[in-house]
Amino acid sequence: MQNREEISRLENLVQSILDEAKLQGATAAEAGLSVDSGLSVTARLGDVETIEHHRDQGLGVTVYFGQRKGSASTTDLSNASIKETVTAACSFARYGSEDPYAGLPEQDWLATEFPDLDLFHPWSLAADRAIELAIACEDAARSYSTEITNSEGATVTSHQGIRVLGNSLGFLKGSESSRHSISCAVLGQRGDSMQRDYWYSVARNPDLLEAVDAIGRKAAERTIRRLQGRSLSTRQCPVLYSAEVASSLFGSLIGAISGGNLYRKSSFLLNALDTRIFPEFVHIHEQPYLVGALGSAAFDAEGVKTRARDIVAEGILKDYVLSTYSAKKLGLASTGNAGGVHNLIVDSGTDDFTGMLKKLGTGLLVTELMGQGVKMVTGDYSRGAAGFWVENGEIQYPVEEITIAGNLKDMFKNLVAVGNDVDYRGNVRTGSVLIERMSIAGE
Amino acid sequence: MEILNIAKQSILAPAGLQEQDIERVMSSLLSVPVDAADIYFQSSHYESWIMESGIIKEGSHNIEQGAGVRAVVGEKTGFAYSDKIELPVLLEAAGNVKAIVRQGQNVRTAISKQAAWPRYYHPGNPLKSLADQQKVDLLHKVDRETRKLDSRIEEVIISLVGVYENVLVANQDGTLAADIRPLVRMNVNVIVEENGRREQGSMGGGGRCDYGMFLDQEKALEYGREAVRQALVNLEAVDAPAGSMTVVLGAGWPGILLHEAIGHGLEGDFNRKGTSAFSGRVGERVASDLCTVVDDGTLPGRRGSLSIDDEGTPTEKTVLIENGILKGYMQDRLNARLMGVSPTGNGRRESYAHLPMPRMTNTYMLPGPHDPEEIIRSVKKGLYAKNFGGGQVDITSGKFVFSASEAYLIEDGQLTRPVKGATLIGNGPDVLTRVSMVGTDLELDSGVGTCGKDGQSVPVGVGQPTLKVDALTVGGTSI
Repeated sequence: MQNREEISRLENLVQSILDEAKLQGATAAEAGLSVDSGLSVTARLGDVETIEHHRDQGLGVTVYFGQRKGSASTTDLSNASIKETVTAACSFARYGSEDPYAGLPEQDWLATEFPDLDLFHPWSLAADRAIELAIACEDAARSYSTEITNSEGATVTSHQGIRVLGNSLGFLKGSESSRHSISCAVLGQRGDSMQRDYWYSVARNPDLLEAVDAIGRKAAERTIRRLQGRSLSTRQCPVLYSAEVASSLFGSLIGAISGGNLYRKSSFLLNALDTRIFPEFVHIHEQPYLVGALGSAAFDAEGVKTRARDIVAEGILKDYVLSTYSAKKLGLASTGNAGGVHNLIVDSGTDDFTGMLKKLGTGLLVTELMGQGVKMVTGDYSRGAAGFWVENGEIQYPVEEITIAGNLKDMFKNLVAVGNDVDYRGNVRTGSVLIERMSIAGE
Repeated sequence: MEILNIAKQSILAPAGLQEQDIERVMSSLLSVPVDAADIYFQSSHYESWIMESGIIKEGSHNIEQGAGVRAVVGEKTGFAYSDKIELPVLLEAAGNVKAIVRQGQNVRTAISKQAAWPRYYHPGNPLKSLADQQKVDLLHKVDRETRKLDSRIEEVIISLVGVYENVLVANQDGTLAADIRPLVRMNVNVIVEENGRREQGSMGGGGRCDYGMFLDQEKALEYGREAVRQALVNLEAVDAPAGSMTVVLGAGWPGILLHEAIGHGLEGDFNRKGTSAFSGRVGERVASDLCTVVDDGTLPGRRGSLSIDDEGTPTEKTVLIENGILKGYMQDRLNARLMGVSPTGNGRRESYAHLPMPRMTNTYMLPGPHDPEEIIRSVKKGLYAKNFGGGQVDITSGKFVFSASEAYLIEDGQLTRPVKGATLIGNGPDVLTRVSMVGTDLELDSGVGTCGKDGQSVPVGVGQPTLKVDALTVGGTSI
């Protein structure tokens, strides 16, 4: 680690904040501090458009007076401001109600081992080099076809930072991480039809980013294939979610089995633990210790140790997604998910994308979703969509201005297959997903 | 000038900065030939209170402050920001930013203009408009009264949020502008259960004013009543229809239609770049002649209102569509300059750490000639959508969605059964050409809207009278 000294300095700062909270009468406290810096460069139509220098810092403090909780945050890390922030948190705690479930994690839930997960790869990227990369990326898109007529540009970003988390149970850990990305969005035109699409690559290690010209070409290819889309008549049919949109289905699953929605009884998967919610072949697991992955972490936002574990095995819901508060509220132990899941893996079947199209046979391939139409309390699902009409496993024409609707409970149960065309870019890793039947509304 | 002095006191004084320090940073920015430059200072105090399961679960307080420094040459922008408001940091930021320009020059700048403009809200600090104990008492009262309304209520979650923001913007032309922006919001979310079926309803409101608005005529209790009413209606809802049909949109919040279908597509940046489905269409018919749509930042106390935008330009009431004809776009300074038009006071940014861009304020349609009940009576078979959740638009293809959260079937001119929520999808450039009736009942939303663009969130307002759209695709499951 290059910044060991800086990490120690920030760890000491967090410790002094915890001490200050104690001094002001808190019986327990937690503090999180982050310092980030980065560069973001966009090129459009062959020339630089924006250069942004980022520098962010922030401190969040939560204090407990017995079972009363208060919190405060600031972007100003001066001594005076830190003191005021602790005071503000303490003052809020005085107005909080006695909440029997409030408090820090149990001591034995906290992480004690911190394996190197290879999450820090700084990129010494000068603005001039970033501009070159962005221009090259956009050039690859614009020269792909004469039907690419305009551009929103290509963007190269590089961010790195230090995060420190500490609490009054003795947990204190600082760590470094980095995140870099290249993205490109272009417009195509054919006749009256104008479309835009994009592609991106993101990684903790800049050496693992996709090549700029490949990103540009994919953005162009995705844009052109959407040109002259039409609507469909209203019907029911099978639906194949391409890998990059299929992850949203499992995002909804995580929402429904998250402690907050469970204890508020606003989940369609209430009391579903140990029941079958997917067909038997579906296996979904959390893998927080993948080396170099975007979602990897040895502890969650409260310092609780993360675990590699099954969430769905043989189609049966095996575990919830809980923070300390929601776990205590449900009478369970934290699953180490304060702040979310860490690399959710949906196991693939044997079919690649072409195989999945064959399995779809005649139906809708969805490549874009619009709007938020997922109702967590009932599972009712209705979203705008764009994609392609497929017949006998062959893509026929692009479709747009349609909605797809169903209920997530039924959609999960009627999941037919998961492809091996996995999208590795996000925190949810899944291939394309085939759903047996949904309602399509169109012209 | 009082506002300017308050803003200077709250932002510059604690950092030991004076007007001549701003002039120094600006002079550094102008030492290269730029078309525009600005320095944006912001200090923001935010508090939130959350009540859940009958107890005050959490209160929190956040302070955010910093400065953003920008230089623009042609279409190129250099930008840097810092949460440290200190002269050396600002000078370093200016040094980074002007690297966007390659050759140097020598220009001195002085703050010369401190313009006055109308104010659309009071500069008081809403966080201090009630004592903390009074805020807690208000939440307890709303919780208690809401739970009394029906035995099927399972959970009530109430949030109360207040923001007090001071802004100071220095421009390359020597203007120093300031604004003090209060913002409050309250939301009540209710879960009901009957025979194992659970549903939810929510209602809230707010504006650029203080917490007093929730005490006026027991507004806070009204949110609770409305949330419960919606949740109970949803308990009775049957599957929504699927397909293209006549849709009547209620007055007020359903104006999110305008925000998504045409609002984003009429923002200056997309049109300057030619990436919007509305690009190059000023003067053309994009709506039926019943439709006149404005974006208006000057409505007193509204959530989307601003006295000046984040570039120091006074806001306006901008006519977007007049009797169906596209009149113009919403502009910030950069896009206005490049398109050769005047800025319209729509240059907004989430914070000092974000670049400004053209954004909406309060977007609404003016009232028309039709009685709202007559509009519903005119529909043989269709959908009446009364309340909505969020929406989204693809500005290039023009396709937009917005999701109904409370809707009813219309059969033979009567509202019959409530139906489940569904997403509606349409094409921005032609949806308003299918508006065949416009009600007399213009309403603005209750003040909870937040708009996202390029990862930046800003508070906005929408509104409309009751509208009849002859054909719109409804994304239900009942075929």
